[in-house]
Amino acid sequence: MAAVTDQMASGMPAVRRTPKGTFDLVFRNASFLAALFVLVLLAGIIAAMVAGGWPAFREFGFGFLTSSVWDTQNEQYGAFPAIVGTLSTALIALVVGVPLSLGIAVFLTQLAPPWFKRPVSTAIELLAAVPSIIYGMWGLFVFVPLFAAYVQIPLSNIVEGMPIVGTILYSRSPSGLGILTAGIILAFMIIPFIASITRDMLEQIPSVLRESAYGIGATTWEVVRYVLVPQAGVSIIGAVMLGLGRALGETMAVTFVVGNANRLSASVMDPGSTIASRIANEFNEALGLQLHALIALGCILFFVTFVVLVIARILVARVKSF
Amino acid sequence: MNQTPPAAPAMTPEVPWGRVRPARRNADRLMKIIATAFTLVAITVLFWILGMLVVKGIGGLSAGTFTQVTPGPGSEGGGLANAIVGSAVLTFLGIALATPIGVLAGTYLAEYGRGSKLANLIRFINDILLSAPSILIGLFVYVILVEPFRGYSGWAGGVALGIIAIPVIVRTTEDMLRLVPAPLREAGSALGAPPSVVITAITWRAAKSGMVTGILLALARIAGETAPLLFTALNNNFWFSPTLVGGVSNLPVTIYQFASAPYENWQQLAWAGSLIITVSILLLSLIARRIVRGGK
Repeated sequence: MAAVTDQMASGMPAVRRTPKGTFDLVFRNASFLAALFVLVLLAGIIAAMVAGGWPAFREFGFGFLTSSVWDTQNEQYGAFPAIVGTLSTALIALVVGVPLSLGIAVFLTQLAPPWFKRPVSTAIELLAAVPSIIYGMWGLFVFVPLFAAYVQIPLSNIVEGMPIVGTILYSRSPSGLGILTAGIILAFMIIPFIASITRDMLEQIPSVLRESAYGIGATTWEVVRYVLVPQAGVSIIGAVMLGLGRALGETMAVTFVVGNANRLSASVMDPGSTIASRIANEFNEALGLQLHALIALGCILFFVTFVVLVIARILVARVKSF
Repeated sequence: MNQTPPAAPAMTPEVPWGRVRPARRNADRLMKIIATAFTLVAITVLFWILGMLVVKGIGGLSAGTFTQVTPGPGSEGGGLANAIVGSAVLTFLGIALATPIGVLAGTYLAEYGRGSKLANLIRFINDILLSAPSILIGLFVYVILVEPFRGYSGWAGGVALGIIAIPVIVRTTEDMLRLVPAPLREAGSALGAPPSVVITAITWRAAKSGMVTGILLALARIAGETAPLLFTALNNNFWFSPTLVGGVSNLPVTIYQFASAPYENWQQLAWAGSLIITVSILLLSLIARRIVRGGK
């Protein structure tokens, strides 16, 4: 019975062929072309980014990556502060978001009573459906004032003058906007992705493993720590990388709360900018070399997220088939 | 890590095997409390966002919101009519472009290309495009459609949204077609139907609700996208040209521009727009979820 589909599956012509049907041929080729279009799309994006950013790369060379100048008057552009901002907001998002996501996944798979599981799962997934710009509104109008009043100002008073901590956590202008705020908002945006993939991975683990661990007297925490996490380990890292990919390229929410400052600061409480926020802010007013510099920034962002996402997909895919 | 020193003067010497040592039990309790608390935090954020939208947005909603156009700087009143219609046009344009390509590509991956190296590569690339930053799609469309034609247009905006929707549709179509049991296809082939007929008349029909779900999810995904529209459809404060050439007003960019503007009525409209867009997207997602569940 399965022979026919097996042959179809391996791409070989079926035994019984009636090459009369032109519709058959057209349909097959149309679907093939549509599938190829996905590849063309990726190639097109790479080509457009490289071509659009090329004048900036040619003008500034390798220095584009390391220079901190962003001077529209003298047409000098450097990507360093935006790259640092992108990486640091994404890193903060992971530090805050990963423990939360793992906790949620453990709650959903191990702790929640069955009747409670579905509504909570749905709520977590709806967090992913909320548009980026709404997170930005919430961040700017709700989170930022609270963060300034209850975290930034008290914390600045405590850490002022301390070595290292006093530099990293001191805010010169406690407006609530800044790299740390952007990172925290990003954390909430990536939680649904990491949490739901981790939940799926934990659910795939054969329950025999869990049951035998409970059978020798392990507590729930020990089952999670010594049985489930090692089993799902690589795919959890993959899920985290997917979250990282999201956090790196997230635009609107970050643009609202990051403060959009072009300079580099050692403090995570100070305003900064990310690649995406700078493109969103300046692109429509940009002319000439600035436009190319912004596309070049986009090109850098594309390659960074591309590498992160490739690693993520490989890690997630590898464990899917266990 | 739970091997506490043997010193722990056990609780009940009578049944040493029946008890969990306090350190282990506490670690377990702590973990349970933390996991529950984390879940509560995430749910709180969701309801906080929704509550904020209702509290601040409902005051800005009136009949005028749906009938009047967006106000210019410093003018009184105004509504979101042109932005709502513009958003609908752009979103449906995107879906109309993405659906045939996405469904056909997903069909290729699930039916014709099963197991081939090329199909594996396409699937991999599609998964990457699925999470590619949307602002880069905006830049891409700017480079290929806005710059060469020297002007923003609704077409460019629709194409940008379509490019974001394609990977979503490809992915769900393939997943849903794979759920269709092989004997159905074999039965079709046994009756002498060519592959195209088997796919369109049997596999697609069997997977219909799942495929519709994919399209609804893609719709929900692109309806709130702002970044790719910034450099493609732009925005404006009046009714856009029916040819969609020039800036086409749309809700997300209007919200972005109005939210932190110094005019009271702009801010009101930004909140009203946020409420409208979020409620529609969440409803769409819930409907899509319901269909999947009903289909099983």
